[in-house]
Amino acid sequence: MPLLRKAGDSPRRSLWQRIKDVALADVTVLARGGVKAGSIERLEEILLEADFGVPVTLRLVDEVKRLATRGDVKTEAEFLKALQSLVAGSLRAGKSDTALVMSGQPPTVIVVIGVNGAGKTTFIGKLSARLRREGKKVMVVAADTFRAGAIDQLRVWAERTGAEFIGGQPGGDPASVAFDAIDAATSRGMDVVIVDTAGRLHTSDSLMDELRKVVRVITRRRPDAPHETLLVLDGTIGQNAVAQARTFSAAVPISGLVVTKVDGTAKGGIVVAVHEAIDAPVKFLGTGEQAGDLEAFDADAFAREVLEG
Amino acid sequence: MFDELSEKVSGVFSKLRGRGVLSDADIKDGLREMRRVLLEADVSFQLTREFLERVEQKAAGIAAIRTVAPAQQLVKIVHDELTAMLGEKREGLVFNSVPPTVVMLVGLQGSGKTTTAAKLARRLKAEGRPTRLVAADVYRPAAIDQLETLGAQLEVPVHADRTTKDVVKIARAGIEEGRRARDRVVVLDTAGRLQIDEQMMAELVRVRDAVHPDEILLVADGMTGQDAVRIAQGFNDALGITGVILTKMDGDARGGAALSIYGATKKPIKYIGVGEKADALEEFHPERMAGRILQMGDIVSLVEKAQEAFDAAEAKKLEKKVRKEGVDLQDFLTAMKQMQKLGPLEGLLKMLPGVNAKMLKQVNSDPKRMKHVEAIVLSMTAQERKTPGIINGSRRARIAKGAGRPISEVNKLLDQFREMQKMMKKATGGGRMSLPPGLMR
Ligand SMILES: Nc1nc2c(ncn2[C@@H]2O[C@H](COP(=O)(O)OP(=O)(O)OP(=O)(O)O)[C@@H](O)[C@H]2O)c(=O)[nH]1
Ligand SMILES: Nc1nc2c(ncn2[C@@H]2O[C@H](COP(=O)(O)OP(=O)(O)O)[C@@H](O)[C@H]2O)c(=O)[nH]1
Ligand SMILES: [Mg+2]
Ligand SMILES: [Mg+2]
Repeated sequence: MPLLRKAGDSPRRSLWQRIKDVALADVTVLARGGVKAGSIERLEEILLEADFGVPVTLRLVDEVKRLATRGDVKTEAEFLKALQSLVAGSLRAGKSDTALVMSGQPPTVIVVIGVNGAGKTTFIGKLSARLRREGKKVMVVAADTFRAGAIDQLRVWAERTGAEFIGGQPGGDPASVAFDAIDAATSRGMDVVIVDTAGRLHTSDSLMDELRKVVRVITRRRPDAPHETLLVLDGTIGQNAVAQARTFSAAVPISGLVVTKVDGTAKGGIVVAVHEAIDAPVKFLGTGEQAGDLEAFDADAFAREVLEG
Repeated sequence: MFDELSEKVSGVFSKLRGRGVLSDADIKDGLREMRRVLLEADVSFQLTREFLERVEQKAAGIAAIRTVAPAQQLVKIVHDELTAMLGEKREGLVFNSVPPTVVMLVGLQGSGKTTTAAKLARRLKAEGRPTRLVAADVYRPAAIDQLETLGAQLEVPVHADRTTKDVVKIARAGIEEGRRARDRVVVLDTAGRLQIDEQMMAELVRVRDAVHPDEILLVADGMTGQDAVRIAQGFNDALGITGVILTKMDGDARGGAALSIYGATKKPIKYIGVGEKADALEEFHPERMAGRILQMGDIVSLVEKAQEAFDAAEAKKLEKKVRKEGVDLQDFLTAMKQMQKLGPLEGLLKMLPGVNAKMLKQVNSDPKRMKHVEAIVLSMTAQERKTPGIINGSRRARIAKGAGRPISEVNKLLDQFREMQKMMKKATGGGRMSLPPGLMR
């Protein structure tokens, strides 16, 4: 399993190292059933600092506490494993299929959405590279007609990855770009068409309406599409991610999550809460700015990374 | 922007506010709730702890001495501490006496540097300071196109050089060009990078050492979580930043990153980004922000913002009236109409004391709803607008008919308005804007 963070560029202390420092001095106390309040508080601190958020942290801490008092967790290794499997288990609960849905009848339509600067366009570049490597015919669609330079940005990614490119005019109607693209992709025999949308904050009603419209016209063109609607989350984001995910998923059904920038120092603990809030699987992780910096999501590896990495 | 945080904090303290005596347990309860509020707002764990310790120390005296209004005093302590945590006073850009002043923007990928560069250029130009933008992001696809497009929209010159990847060279040439053109300010847009990426950080250090920027501003996403401290420290340690700009504050992120970043660097937050357009840049006012967090509302912001649309005399009148009497339905309508002029409804409504996020959701910025609200208020008599208490069943029916809206909508509007008055009463009653009791309705 590839590392989420490239070797050598991570001066951070391992989360697990810190848990051991602060909490595991007490692991024998835990094991004897005498949970020392202080150590549990420190465990809480460590999870909170990894952006797991208050509700998820409290739940995880409670479960570890219960395991310890029951005597199921005795050694350091068991303590770590218990915590990891709780995190991974949370991510595997509910919808958790990480594979991309591929339509039996091409083209498969993928719409990529999210707040400003989350990493949507770059993710599309990387996904295009991956699908091209699998020999698929890919078309990328620049339906971000708002942000300056957004169309050119995606065009560069299309050239880099050998994908076909469809783009609207700056300031044009994103829905009609998407509409035309579905027809073009069908007639050109594409396997996959990936639609880039403008970044938008979930608090803007008019922009959320615009997004709804983009998805609506796609469905009008092809009743089974979009086959995937992927919400891209910046890995450094905090608790607001949950509100974002809720509002986006109320506007358009979300079939999967992509977490970007996990090559940074943020832990991305918030994905657990997001996954629980909208019951959508994490499908990919972005680990850098190059075409190859995309990992298929693996709950166990993620749990390991977030605690040990 | 801080509305959710302020909603929660005020929830905690409204429980305390009414009471004459605070027990230690009351204070502990309040602080425990505060802890959760701050953590859920993405304030760094460490800072949250320090903050609560300071508040607790200062609050200890209150419980012991039977002061006149202990809960109010606790609120004041929290307010003062929050203000201190945000930087005490507002600070603008520092200009070099020998132009051009060089401003370098740095930050993580996607934090908003390029957009902010354009926003700064627009503002500086409007202040009479000719400004040049320099495209020093040679990595992100179409980054140069983005800046050039924005420059063209704003009629601000952009220095770019697609023939080189040497950003030191680009920065030098851009500044030289600015000097020759007698520009007052040159803004360098740099590529986003992780603060742990040594090679990329070294590049920024080279640029800094070559051009000696007067301002090195960290542009950070206002939605950042606990990592904000590490990010801010990383950039500050490597470069010695001079200030911070927080972006995407037009969302509903609680904005704890503001507290974390200032706490970690003690470098002033100079501006906040509140939208994607070039005019969506506001000055950062720590004391206002703290007031907002505590939901005391902010008459000052309201008035200042309103001045752009109202004439000054009218604004003075409104300020005086709001201070003295609170608002009536007529003010409600006037405010709403002004807001249509001002753009985002939320921006202005939030500044009314006691208006919180939940109410904003009800009022909504939908222009159609606004029309309906207006129709309803316009169907009332002057007397009814002044004293909505007299609006009984038959008056409601008449108003509904006149406005062509269902009675339920009239009821809802009156409920919302009453709610707002109640909140205002609480907010103004508990804070620095104490009103003579007789004047409160
Ligand atoms: N380090 C790192 N940077 C990333 C990653 N994904 C994207 N980026 C960078 O983040 C910045 C924003 O990425 P974009 O792909 O333009 O984001 P977007 O969501 O399309 O942005 P808007 O369209 O402006 O809303 C760019 O500088 C990317 O190079 C990642 O996984 N790791
Ligand atoms: N809503 C909102 N979006 C912003 C704000 N500032 C920047 N953005 C958006 O965030 C995204 C990334 O901004 P950009 O300036 O390209 O970031 P850079 O990569 O740091 O140069 C773009 O989609 C911008 O439109 C802001 O204050 N509010
Ligand atoms: Mg994009
Ligand atoms: Mg940029």
